[in-house]
Amino acid sequence: MTNAVEQESIKVIVFQLADKEYAIPVSHVQGIEKLMHITRVPKTAKYVKGVINLRGVVTPIVDLRERFELPISEHEETTRIIIISLEDMEVGFVVDSANDVLDIPADSIEPQPEVVGSLEEEFISGVAKIDKRLLILLHLEKVLNPLK
Amino acid sequence: MEVNQYLEMFIEESKDHLQACSEHLLELEKNPDDLAIVGEIFRSAHTLKGMSATMGFEDLADLTHKMENVLDAIRNEKIHVSPEILDVVFESVDHLEEMVMDIANGGDGKRDVSSTVAQLKRIELGEEAIPEVVTAETPATAVASVLEYDGFEQTVIAQSTEQGFNAFEISVRLREDCLLKAARVFMVFEILEKDGDVIKSNPSVEKLEDGQFDQQFFVAFVTKESAEAMQKKIMSVSEVEEVIVATIETPTTAVASVLEYDGFEQTVIAQSAEQGFNAFEILVKLREDCLLKAARVFMVFEILEKDGDVIKSNPSVDKLEDEQFDQQFYVAFVTKESAEDMRKKIMKVSEVEEVIVATIEQKQHSEKEQAIQEVVATATVEVEAQPATAPKPSIAKPTPAKAAAPAKAEKNHAPVGNKTIRVNIERLDILMNLFEELVIDRGRLQSIATEVNHGELNETVERMSRVMGDLQTIILTMRMVPVETVFNRFPKMIRQLSRDLNKKINLEIIGAETELDRTVIDEIGDPLVHLIRNSVDHGIENPTARLAKGKPEEGTVVLRAYHSGNYVFIEIEDDGAGINREKVLAKAISKGIVTQEQSYSMSDKQINELILASGFSTADVISDVSGRGVGLDVVKTTIESLGGNISIESTQDVGSVFSIQLPLTLSIISVMLVEIEKEIYAIPLSSIIETSIIRSSEIMNAHNQKVIDFRGKVVPLVFLEEIFEVPRKEPQGDEFHSVVIVRKGEKLAGLVVDSFIGQQEIVLKSLGNYLTNIFAISGATILGNGKVALIVDCNALIK
Repeated sequence: MTNAVEQESIKVIVFQLADKEYAIPVSHVQGIEKLMHITRVPKTAKYVKGVINLRGVVTPIVDLRERFELPISEHEETTRIIIISLEDMEVGFVVDSANDVLDIPADSIEPQPEVVGSLEEEFISGVAKIDKRLLILLHLEKVLNPLK
Repeated sequence: MEVNQYLEMFIEESKDHLQACSEHLLELEKNPDDLAIVGEIFRSAHTLKGMSATMGFEDLADLTHKMENVLDAIRNEKIHVSPEILDVVFESVDHLEEMVMDIANGGDGKRDVSSTVAQLKRIELGEEAIPEVVTAETPATAVASVLEYDGFEQTVIAQSTEQGFNAFEISVRLREDCLLKAARVFMVFEILEKDGDVIKSNPSVEKLEDGQFDQQFFVAFVTKESAEAMQKKIMSVSEVEEVIVATIETPTTAVASVLEYDGFEQTVIAQSAEQGFNAFEILVKLREDCLLKAARVFMVFEILEKDGDVIKSNPSVDKLEDEQFDQQFYVAFVTKESAEDMRKKIMKVSEVEEVIVATIEQKQHSEKEQAIQEVVATATVEVEAQPATAPKPSIAKPTPAKAAAPAKAEKNHAPVGNKTIRVNIERLDILMNLFEELVIDRGRLQSIATEVNHGELNETVERMSRVMGDLQTIILTMRMVPVETVFNRFPKMIRQLSRDLNKKINLEIIGAETELDRTVIDEIGDPLVHLIRNSVDHGIENPTARLAKGKPEEGTVVLRAYHSGNYVFIEIEDDGAGINREKVLAKAISKGIVTQEQSYSMSDKQINELILASGFSTADVISDVSGRGVGLDVVKTTIESLGGNISIESTQDVGSVFSIQLPLTLSIISVMLVEIEKEIYAIPLSSIIETSIIRSSEIMNAHNQKVIDFRGKVVPLVFLEEIFEVPRKEPQGDEFHSVVIVRKGEKLAGLVVDSFIGQQEIVLKSLGNYLTNIFAISGATILGNGKVALIVDCNALIK
């Protein structure tokens, strides 16, 4: 692969939430963890599930299903926590499963379709179509924003 | 020279010396006749000069040198101390501080100090025309005292003399009406460089080229020409008024001046000389990267003792063996061997960089007492500048006017002082982090041991816990720093403020030795500056107003620090105007900080604390000193972010007390672990008064608030279950409730929990930047089982 191509694509982590696939740039991902004990933190937003002990660092956990107001599901074997690092924050996202690492060519990213959909719409920075898959690119700042 | 690795040390020590200067200057201002104090300042300045010159910070060295000249004149009673002179000296110290700060921030320490330098010069010359006379009489010594040489320069001079060059110190004085000073300098240098090499000049060459000097400059110069020839050549440059060429005494004699001998030692040297022994003074310099200094010293001494007798060494042998010296040491030695042989033998020891062997001249001792005094005086200063490892060089009072003996005696009897080392704070932080990991593991081990319940395991865990407890105390105390390090900048600040504001202020510092965690110390400086400025600016009235109120003209600000429980209290008390509550309230309402309705129900204390709200400033005229309304609320935020709090007590026309409460340490705390349903919370032990178990029947109702009678006091109950919205599957039908009685200041509250787990040391962890300002939770910790427990912020639970 030539440099030019490399520059024009971004590497993303793909994860599943309900029946859709979402993507987060690898550069913001610190790691993917299996579900572990979450300590509830009182008086926080509903989607803040609490904090975990991530190798000695107390890390807050956000349930993305609840953040996007999707139907709540029981945590399963495939449930993962994706640790995100944005600016000086570290936050874990609970997702249904984390399946893939992909290179998305920059030119395949389109702005989000102008269809009035669910609440999650405002958290989307764009969509990418790869083969038959539709990947939703998340706007991390906005996902984390209201609590900042 | 690779200076970077010493830069940090240089900066630290420079700060220390400047601090010492400031302190002593303040003292001197109070006792202008106490020349011993001048000596102390002189010593600090001198060390600083030497250090900065070695590190290549010419401006710093230069200004210190000028300041030193003035101090020297004071010390020799040529100038009398006056507030005006002290102002200039203070200004110099300020400049020096700025320079050091600049260097610490990665700058080059350059700063325009020409006006201060000019003032220093004026002071020095104004009442003292002696240097000229001295120059005329004994040019060599007078000139020689002007330039100082570092090790490298000394070596160059020594080598040149060995190779048959002459080393001169040349003093060139231009005519007062000289117009093109820089041009004349250029011409002089041209002549010099044709015939030899310029080693050093004072002021520096750049300054000379910029014309930044008065009429005179000094040059160290090696040449094959004779002194007279050089003098004539330079005199041929027009507008040069006077040229004095003096031979530089070669470093061998410079070495000789380093050691001093008492009567006994002198006799030994004299007798050995009579018996055909040679007496040498040997300077041994080790390589900078030498790792085993003590071992090298040992090897050198072994060689020496094989061939003769060591009479004396500097630093003392004990110190040398403890590696309490920089890179070099001096030894007085009698032997039958020749100087050259000894030098070669010692050079055989690896990692020895340089050895200079000089014959001890006995003339030195037979000469007039006066001469010795001079030498000794400078020698003491120089020698004490050497052991950089010693925290506070054992300072013998400089007594140039007295005979040599007392100075020496003091030196011999000088206390060894505490042995300390400087450790990079980063390393301590790493140590602390590692220890925190251990604490977590210890918790884990303890819970395993409880489960397994094996005798020997329990015993081992028990013992380990005890050792770790001790270890923790040591690590924590290692990070403790006396608040003095913050307080000591205030006397000068107060002096400046009182001059700026034309107020008379007396600052009293109490409890400066109180120790606080380093992390807290680092943060507390600025808030204190704000508060003190506030007290001085808004608190203390001007002298006329004070007299009108029947108070002494001089206002008093007391800065007090003390320990109490797990906290350190710092109080700033002034006997000034106090807080005008009506004015504060009116202002707060006009600024929209509180509403008119709210104001009716506010207590005096709450009103006082309004001045800590953001966007508040009561001074009608905003002064430079304080009061843009940003200061005090920043103070409040900083202190609260440190886990402390600030309160204000004030009586109008009597004064105010700002009281800051700070935790002793920020990292490891003792807590009581409690359980609510399946959740574990930690309550800091520092807030807990006691725990108790109460019956449901003991709970009473008062205005929708459940209370209990606790030792005769009505204590409100806080059900943590409700506060923390703990999901509970089955309602608890227990008749008994576990209550933790906590306090905030005078107020108490009872926290109702399901059960107590026990007391534990925990490592405080933050919840990160995503979750901030969570109600009643101050942080988190990791338990022995690896789970996270939240720490309850009792202060938030008590209104």
